[in-house]
Amino acid sequence: MTAYILRRLLYAVPILIGVNLLTFVLFFVVNSPDDMARMHLGEKRVTEEAVQGWKAAHGYDRPLLYNAEASGMARLTETIFFEKSARLFAFQFGSSDDGRDIGYDISQRMWPSLAIAVPVLLVGLAFNISYALFIVFFRATYVDIGSVVLLVAMLSISSLFYIIGGQFLLSKVFHLAPISGYDTGLHAWKFLILPVIVGVIGGIGAGTRWYRTLFLEEVGKDYVRTARAKGLSERLVLFRHVLGNALIPILTGVVVVLPLLFMGSLITESFFGIPGLGSYTIDAISNQDFAIVRAMVFLGAVLYILGLILTDISYTLVDPRVRLQ
Amino acid sequence: MPLMPVVLWTDALVFLLIALGLLFGLYAARHEHLRAPWRRVVQSRVGVAMLVVLSAYGMVGLLDTVHVRLKLDTPADSSAAPQYAPEILSLLDLALSGLRERQEKTYSAPFATHLFVKEAIEQPDGSVIRDFPRLEHGGSHLADPATQRGADILFTAMLGMLKGLVFWVLTAFAILWLIARRRGELMEQTWTAIRAGRTPIPWLTALSMLGLLLILGFVAGELAARYHILGTDKVGEDVFFQTLKSIRTGLLIGTLTTLVMLPAAILLGIAAGYFRGWVDDVIQYLYTTLNAIPGVLLIAAAILMLQVYMSNHAEDFTSLVERADLRLLFLCLILGVTSWTGLCRLLRGEALKLREVDYVQAASALGVGHATIIGRHILPNVMHIVLITLVLDFSGLVLAEAVLSYVNIGVDPTMNSWGNMINSARLELARDPVVWWSLTAAFVFMFTLVLAANLFADVVRDAFDPRLRGI
Repeated sequence: MTAYILRRLLYAVPILIGVNLLTFVLFFVVNSPDDMARMHLGEKRVTEEAVQGWKAAHGYDRPLLYNAEASGMARLTETIFFEKSARLFAFQFGSSDDGRDIGYDISQRMWPSLAIAVPVLLVGLAFNISYALFIVFFRATYVDIGSVVLLVAMLSISSLFYIIGGQFLLSKVFHLAPISGYDTGLHAWKFLILPVIVGVIGGIGAGTRWYRTLFLEEVGKDYVRTARAKGLSERLVLFRHVLGNALIPILTGVVVVLPLLFMGSLITESFFGIPGLGSYTIDAISNQDFAIVRAMVFLGAVLYILGLILTDISYTLVDPRVRLQ
Repeated sequence: MPLMPVVLWTDALVFLLIALGLLFGLYAARHEHLRAPWRRVVQSRVGVAMLVVLSAYGMVGLLDTVHVRLKLDTPADSSAAPQYAPEILSLLDLALSGLRERQEKTYSAPFATHLFVKEAIEQPDGSVIRDFPRLEHGGSHLADPATQRGADILFTAMLGMLKGLVFWVLTAFAILWLIARRRGELMEQTWTAIRAGRTPIPWLTALSMLGLLLILGFVAGELAARYHILGTDKVGEDVFFQTLKSIRTGLLIGTLTTLVMLPAAILLGIAAGYFRGWVDDVIQYLYTTLNAIPGVLLIAAAILMLQVYMSNHAEDFTSLVERADLRLLFLCLILGVTSWTGLCRLLRGEALKLREVDYVQAASALGVGHATIIGRHILPNVMHIVLITLVLDFSGLVLAEAVLSYVNIGVDPTMNSWGNMINSARLELARDPVVWWSLTAAFVFMFTLVLAANLFADVVRDAFDPRLRGI
């Protein structure tokens, strides 16, 4: 087991190098630092000195990959690639274009993101599984057909409409919760209600439909027939046998997204004014702050790989038939 | 000729897509095993009804894809080469030129005759009052809107309904005649068969859906000639016109993205599964790396790069339309880059299974080359996966466009799209009284398209998935 995890972690290294190279090519080769400087300084009538000054101030005035002027190891280290991209491996994110420490910002903004993402995941999971079990209990009746139609319709509504509708109805018409904003510590709860409700409702369509298919697949299996044949009630069959066995795919599906919860939700956070990582990313995109976007890409890749490894491990924990070698 | 056709990049790709679709259709029509699943699709009520809805959207999108430049008026006697207007218009723009040109000053509610905001109006006697001024176009034929408007709307709607009904009856008659001819029976017999549901294809559903759409279309068309049926936006543009124009954007994102990603996904997926070994390793590494980057961030990074490129090479783009078009194409490309990995992995798994199948082993033992085995034995056997993915991905991509445009990394802000409409509607909802019509229009049109696509995709999946056959 330990050897397997170690090997998987080693496999992650080339992938992260690949991610890094790709972002490096996107950010520095396709568009040179000169282009970036011009864009930040305004598009027209920018003097050469201003461009050089901006580059020097932000550390973009070095050669891309190989510094011929330096000596020894500095030939490789005093380059943009080493300074801006390779340092990410040590989780040194550097500073953003407006001079703030990205690492500090990330550690601060992680918590509001989690405060939304974790309740949405848990409440959504509980609701979707119960609703799916309810549908499966009444399978092949009008309850089933009506629910499936409802789910497909809910699936076809853009997440933007859930947010706009939720804000409009709950905040503007009924004044039940503040439209947007955030507070420190425990006072934040009233700002979290609306985003969590909207997040859960927005996920019902896809989630419940997926769990329904999972349960229906299990219901048709032999062991369920055996359970019924020995006289168990439908309730017991569903909760003890079907749910138990369907939990394996559900659990592994959840584990894979767990690390990514840190990244927050781009749309939800920016709509509700939550100072999390999602809105951080969105702001970086709209301010064209490449340093932050680069850091978030790297962080996202690390968390994704972590998710994959956790999934494999969770398989062995819940399903004794799976052995990792 | 008074028009000069203009083919934008995305137009060319759409034509390519249609040509490919037709070729595949012809090929499938001559092979029974390919025809059978399609027959199952059109034999389902939901499938047929949704196909009608999707084709209606497709027609609008197609009309909006043929672009032209109008010829400018030149003196009749001059022998100089004809001059063309710099503005690029689509056939849809020309067909709806009334809607496009009837601009108001600013917001007005659906069916309104007065502007949504008060303005200083000079009275005939010289005094100035603040009131809602009459619209320049919406309901301007009415002498006294307060009393006449209701009756006029009702009358116009009835007229539209009547026209739609007549048109529908004629179309239905033509379709009926065609079916009767094919079945070699009298039209009455065909009609009874259709009504009793004894035809393999549920024509009654198809015709009802067609009738519903035709009547709705004619009513809307008739009313739109006199009113702004979905109101006007901030700069006074007709919202109904905007939503119709947005259809093309949505359809293009949903279809071109898959078209762009298909070659890479099919080629690499099959190669990885078929050759295994180091080829497999390299391809797996490639898609894991791409997958590891959060999709939104990759798209954002790429779009940011495009913006930098465009602002540094502004002289390469002659018109706004071309610029927006190129951005749309680029968005499709980058969405394709982020979304081919799923299909690639599925195909790899399937190819891994197929290469061990007896007939592939036999072909390989007889010395058939790799290219032939892949082309003849593997590819046809994974096509159902490609098709199912293509249809299933469509609705997700349409929804993604709205979200991306909201974050400003979607289509060009000057382009009509549902995402841009929702984006601007955010501020409108904060007004008091609320400006709700842009958002509602985008919602209704988008919801209909995505719902139809989702329902159709389910039918296609059920018909094509061999595991579900016979259940």
